Amino acid sequence: MKYIDEYRDAESAKRYSDLIHSITTSPWAIMEVCGGQTHAIVKYGIDELLPKGVTLLHGPGCPVCVTPVELIDKALEIASRPGVIFCSFGDMLRVPGTKGDLFSVKAKGADIRIVYSPLDTLKIARENPSKEVVFFAVGFETTAPATAMTVNQASKMDIKNFSILVSHVLVPPALEAILSSHNNNVKGFLAAGHVCTIMGYTEYEPIVEKYHVPIVVTGFEPLDILQGIYMCVKQLEEARAEVENQYTRSVIRVGNQAAQDIIREVFEIIPRKWRGIGEISASGLGLRNEYASFDAERQFGITEYSCEESSECISGLVLKGVKKPHECEAFGGRCTPEHPLGATMVSSEGACAAYYRYRNTSLKK
Amino acid sequence: MCLAVPGKILSITDDNPLTRRGRVSFGGIVREVNLAFVSEAETDDFVMVHVGFAISQIDESEANKVFEYLKKMDELSEIEGASS
Repeated sequence: MKYIDEYRDAESAKRYSDLIHSITTSPWAIMEVCGGQTHAIVKYGIDELLPKGVTLLHGPGCPVCVTPVELIDKALEIASRPGVIFCSFGDMLRVPGTKGDLFSVKAKGADIRIVYSPLDTLKIARENPSKEVVFFAVGFETTAPATAMTVNQASKMDIKNFSILVSHVLVPPALEAILSSHNNNVKGFLAAGHVCTIMGYTEYEPIVEKYHVPIVVTGFEPLDILQGIYMCVKQLEEARAEVENQYTRSVIRVGNQAAQDIIREVFEIIPRKWRGIGEISASGLGLRNEYASFDAERQFGITEYSCEESSECISGLVLKGVKKPHECEAFGGRCTPEHPLGATMVSSEGACAAYYRYRNTSLKK
Repeated sequence: MCLAVPGKILSITDDNPLTRRGRVSFGGIVREVNLAFVSEAETDDFVMVHVGFAISQIDESEANKVFEYLKKMDELSEIEGASS
């Protein structure tokens, strides 16, 4: 396919790998923010093409992974109610809450449907006027405009049997949480290309200035990631810290204004809890008052939950780049994609799940 | 989760700004896609599509830069080789 195949060219990948080797004189730890990039790095063995001292740390950019257990429990409660059609992206169904996952609720007879787009849920709501249709709105800035547009259309079309359980989170506050942490190892970031397609990269300019770390907006194909690493290492070697854009075919500095406008119309910025990390201020989106009638938590009178995460799971340290997946005692033994203990094993984009799937099985306990 | 797939617009099926839609081909598989966020994209343009929404129009002139950089490095090393 055009715009995919050419960016997987092995010879060009080798050339970028050689270029990285040729400029590297010191060890550097670089974090790729997005789970999609983590998946591509481990799948294509990109980290194995790098000089020994250049380490890739896998960041918190997997929205499925960082959705807090409390919200999964709320999803389970809403989906279990009679008269509800609960709609979700497929990868949320296997994520464990404290009492099972959405698949187990579906097995007990709940009407849970996997959708490709949030817009599909409006069609379901119109076709089932006697049911309450709920969409589990998970995702970063990339996905937020799609949810916002769906809620906006529901409002315009006066669809009353539709609501969303919101779990949208934002990338820049998470980067700041990592950089200001006492055990931070990260010397440079590959920013998530599709988050920046929506938001642009002006938000990263103050972060670069404050923490003096290079940030390179990077795409998702192997050549994009290798060029992004090259640009980041070059900055580190030259003692520069700037925001640079590798993914120019999709990203401009100011991002997609129409998409940002609809996010601002429907959502406001609120604090959010991240699975494995904890609460980060101003790191999520919640519905504005004008759209509160579409808030599933309000609609179903869901009270606040609080629950403990597994004390054995080190996903918080993995998400901050302090530990690698196979450094966990439970990895591959008590914790597998079928029976995950925590955040980074629950989705295929989580670092632990990617290592489990693609890496040497001798790592597995 | 944040993945987006490149596709080519085959036709615009609804030109109302809020509900703008078109048929988009992903290597032969055709889907209806919301084009409200790419108001300037037209038939034959390529867009990046995420959960049923086009989030950007691919800039064709920028798309080759990853290869052009390698070419530039080749030329530089040839010049360096010739002058040494």
